[in-house]
Amino acid sequence: MTKPSWFNRLSILFGLAFLYLPIVVLVIYSFNGSKLVTVWGGFSTQWYATVLNNPSIIEGAKVSFLVAAVSATAATILGTLAAVVMVRLRRFRGRALFNGMLLAPMVMPEVVMAVSMLLMFVTLGIDRGPLTITLAHTTFTLCFATVVLQSRLVELDPSLEEAARDLGCPPAKAFVSVALPNMVPAIVSAWLLSFTLSLDDLVISSFTTGPGASTLPMKIYSQIKFGVTPEINAISTIILGIVVLGLVAAQLVSRRSEQRATTA
Amino acid sequence: MLTAATPSTKTNWGKRLLIAIPYAWLLVLFLAPFALVAGISLSTVRLGMPPFEPLTAWDGSILNLRLNFENFLYVLTDDTYLLAYLTSLKVAAISTAAMLFIAYPLAYGIASCSPSSRSLLVFLVIVPFWSSMLIRVYSWMSILRNDGLLNALLLKVGLISEPLRILNTETAIYIGIIYTYLPFMVLPIYSTLSSADRTLIEAARDLGCSRISAFWRVTFPLSLPGVLAGCALVFIPVVGEFVIPDLLGGADTQMIGRAIWLEFFNNRDWPMAAAVTIVLLALLVVPIVYFQSRQSRERT
Repeated sequence: MTKPSWFNRLSILFGLAFLYLPIVVLVIYSFNGSKLVTVWGGFSTQWYATVLNNPSIIEGAKVSFLVAAVSATAATILGTLAAVVMVRLRRFRGRALFNGMLLAPMVMPEVVMAVSMLLMFVTLGIDRGPLTITLAHTTFTLCFATVVLQSRLVELDPSLEEAARDLGCPPAKAFVSVALPNMVPAIVSAWLLSFTLSLDDLVISSFTTGPGASTLPMKIYSQIKFGVTPEINAISTIILGIVVLGLVAAQLVSRRSEQRATTA
Repeated sequence: MLTAATPSTKTNWGKRLLIAIPYAWLLVLFLAPFALVAGISLSTVRLGMPPFEPLTAWDGSILNLRLNFENFLYVLTDDTYLLAYLTSLKVAAISTAAMLFIAYPLAYGIASCSPSSRSLLVFLVIVPFWSSMLIRVYSWMSILRNDGLLNALLLKVGLISEPLRILNTETAIYIGIIYTYLPFMVLPIYSTLSSADRTLIEAARDLGCSRISAFWRVTFPLSLPGVLAGCALVFIPVVGEFVIPDLLGGADTQMIGRAIWLEFFNNRDWPMAAAVTIVLLALLVVPIVYFQSRQSRERT
């Protein structure tokens, strides 16, 4: 039964080919010497040079990375608190509403969240710019971070923490010194997921930013609207490279800590 | 759990604070904004910042409340908006169904592999989901263009004599949506399939069930929660999708997410954009509540 049939193999092959072909095409053509999409003009790295010498793109990348790093950190911290609340505190007033607010952003169309958060910032009178984008990104990535952390926290054996508490350790300290170290892989992947979701976002950033602050996706979007250029292929390949490196690193971290858990 | 049995004022305060921080964040930045959207949808557009009239005004000692329902009347009677809502629902429904056909065999195939290749294959499905959606949509633009790769290939093979127009059509929207949202459909189906009890299928086979009827009578019903979760994860956000219809679609296919964007940035009519948003939210309330109740049941 565990042996995949030819039909299984074919579906995997077809599915993965569909998922990867466009990405492969994009990466290959980022090294195209010709400006035309369909003509291969020899191997060249000229588009990478163009990207690195484009101050507007570099500026956008700086804003994006700053926003992504800060909002991912905030979302991971808030997500850890939210996961602890959801897993450890089974009963408190307003739990259903809390659960609903944690799940809804996962499916809420981006435009809806974007419009609503913008109106909040305008009402509160906060100047729109990197700060408001960061607040908005923290909010929409928070639910994804919480899901990752929650599923890890559910698996953790509570008996060790109970033992620490029985020996007189206060609950917060017991959690930090016993449960938290075991959650490191989940914390890393929650942070990375929030980081990449923030780095990728176009719609929420466009609505919640003010004049002057543009993120990298906003710059890419306006360039695409202007016309397809190989320069975008080069930017895309750089971003893809960063994401894949981060993912492989996260995978290695979780595998290593799993091994440590099994050998310990 | 144990803390409840040994209540002390200190842990109670700690517990309250623990709940209060994420709770307050979500109340202020997620829930309360919807009330604002509802309020502003009843306002009137004006020049200046913010570009809408306040709902209340003091006239001497009288508090005036002005609610303008014109935006809603317009949204609900105007043909372009009505068509945009219907198109969005149609596109979301068709692409969700199409994705199910592609995602199910893929998830089933992965679940039938050995545990070590499974984790590699799942990783391969996740990588595109983590990488930029804008970039992945853009990659289809260069493939589907009139002078793009697909047409160049078809012309070379001799299947067509002149380029097909795919970019800026509804077909391109479907391709883009199916492509970008596929991992959201594969992963929940895979997780129910891989945790399904294999002995049940073997029992059905031992009792004389054919391979195909064992699938339909045992495997498929077991995977139904994953199928429904996948459909909800895909259908709801696709209805409000902006990037894909904007970059791949043409002028003849207007989806509601793009209508909100245009109302906001091009017409600068915030009250109207808010009204369109509220109606979209009303359309999606039922699937969202359904999704939430399913998910929270699963998690507890």
